[in-house]
Amino acid sequence: MNRIRIRLISIIALLCAVVPGLVYGAGFISKQSFGEKNQIKLRFSVQVDKAKVADIHKYTVYEEQDPDILLPIASAKPDPDSKGVSLTFKQVLNTAHTHVVTIKNLDGVSSAVAKVSKSYLGYLISILISALLINNFVFTKYLGLCVFFGTSKRKSTAKGMGVVFTIVMVVSASMSWFFYNYILIPFNLNFLQIVVFIGLVSLTVQAVDTILRKVNPILFNSFGVYLVLVIANCVIIAVPLILANNAYNYYETFMLSLGAGGGFLLALYLMSSVSERMQLAKIPPTFKGLPIAFIVAGQFALAFLGFSGLQIF
Amino acid sequence: MQLIANGILKENPIFRLALSMCPAVGISTTVMNGLLLGIAVLFVQVCSSVTISMVKNFIHPRIRIPTYTLTIATWVTVIDMVLSAYMPVAYAKMGIFVKLIVAFAIITMRLEMFACKEPVGASFWDGFGMGLGFLIGMMSIGFVRELLGSGAILGYDVLGFKPLLFFILPSAGFFVVGLMMAFFNYIEIFYKRKKGFKA
Repeated sequence: MNRIRIRLISIIALLCAVVPGLVYGAGFISKQSFGEKNQIKLRFSVQVDKAKVADIHKYTVYEEQDPDILLPIASAKPDPDSKGVSLTFKQVLNTAHTHVVTIKNLDGVSSAVAKVSKSYLGYLISILISALLINNFVFTKYLGLCVFFGTSKRKSTAKGMGVVFTIVMVVSASMSWFFYNYILIPFNLNFLQIVVFIGLVSLTVQAVDTILRKVNPILFNSFGVYLVLVIANCVIIAVPLILANNAYNYYETFMLSLGAGGGFLLALYLMSSVSERMQLAKIPPTFKGLPIAFIVAGQFALAFLGFSGLQIF
Repeated sequence: MQLIANGILKENPIFRLALSMCPAVGISTTVMNGLLLGIAVLFVQVCSSVTISMVKNFIHPRIRIPTYTLTIATWVTVIDMVLSAYMPVAYAKMGIFVKLIVAFAIITMRLEMFACKEPVGASFWDGFGMGLGFLIGMMSIGFVRELLGSGAILGYDVLGFKPLLFFILPSAGFFVVGLMMAFFNYIEIFYKRKKGFKA
């Protein structure tokens, strides 16, 4: 029963994240997207003359942050149904930036502008994946190590700690975002960042502790121990600081905190699986305990370096 | 004196207590980084130890942890602003770690175990010893990594070549800390055997 409810909540949360990504403006240019590495594809809402579409002088394309640098176009190829065109460029485009395409004097339309960018949802998911794998907080940013080495001895502990941590992380990051944007910035209290964020984290932990104790005592008995440890974890204070530095909006904050929590859970789970095996292995007495754990973590960190070039969307 | 020695050797925060490992792995790539962050931690540790020790009779036991956290956060804000104003280059290198001093377990632990019971003077020396132990630990890790990674110490070229570029990579921090801990354990076991104990 509980599991279904959790699933429902997560689906609703996902939908909330999807909706703003689907809102697109409509006009003369009905659809725009990146094609191959050096292509932009446009679709028009009406049929246009193929010969006129193929004229490359009708288009100007630039990246949104530097409008002075026009990107040279190699060719413009009309689609067979004459309701679209694919522009090929002389250079490979950087698809991480937003590109602006302007069309002049095409079939009665004096000018039309389209902004080509990767979909917002893809951007959000890339933040999630980045926090989860590429910039994993434990293995590539080296945060939260005290708790990491303390609680990665057994799988059950690792799972409990990871789940509690993710929940507290999301709640406290959301609150920090709210406080930062609606209290700290308007009143010019930026220098109080650290004090406010650490206060909010302690508050969240205390609140989760009290609520869980009343609402679900069984869950509290199994997870309550880890709540205290959450405060001592640097990740939980690092995420609010990062989102304040980068001026993230709420959806980005949510994804970042979810990724940070999930990444911590993933790291704990991987490490605890190895630790359980290591108890059976024969380790030299000087390396027993923490030293060997550090060396295993170092190997994981090396493996996670392999994710550094990952780009999905 | 006893308290300082205790902080440096017997209860070295990095190698013996294994607390506040994040910066030990994250930014100990050079001796300079280790020194700067060590000084910042020393400052925060001493100041908050003294502050808590002074007001210990006014703190209600039930809210002592939040009080500690807020005290530390205040001093961290101070050192954060000082560093960003006077040493912008070094501050940019250390990135988020200066602000993260607020979450270091070692400082809270010393407040809870020492400063809330002892008089001001003793707390000052205890905080000083702990901070110094952290500083020395950070510098020794930085020394190994800088020497092996870029063949230099404090930015001066010593070896003339770069033995193992790998040690500059952040992930090598795990290996260096692990090996140094093993080294400390080795010394401990060695002395115990000498004294006739069985390890």
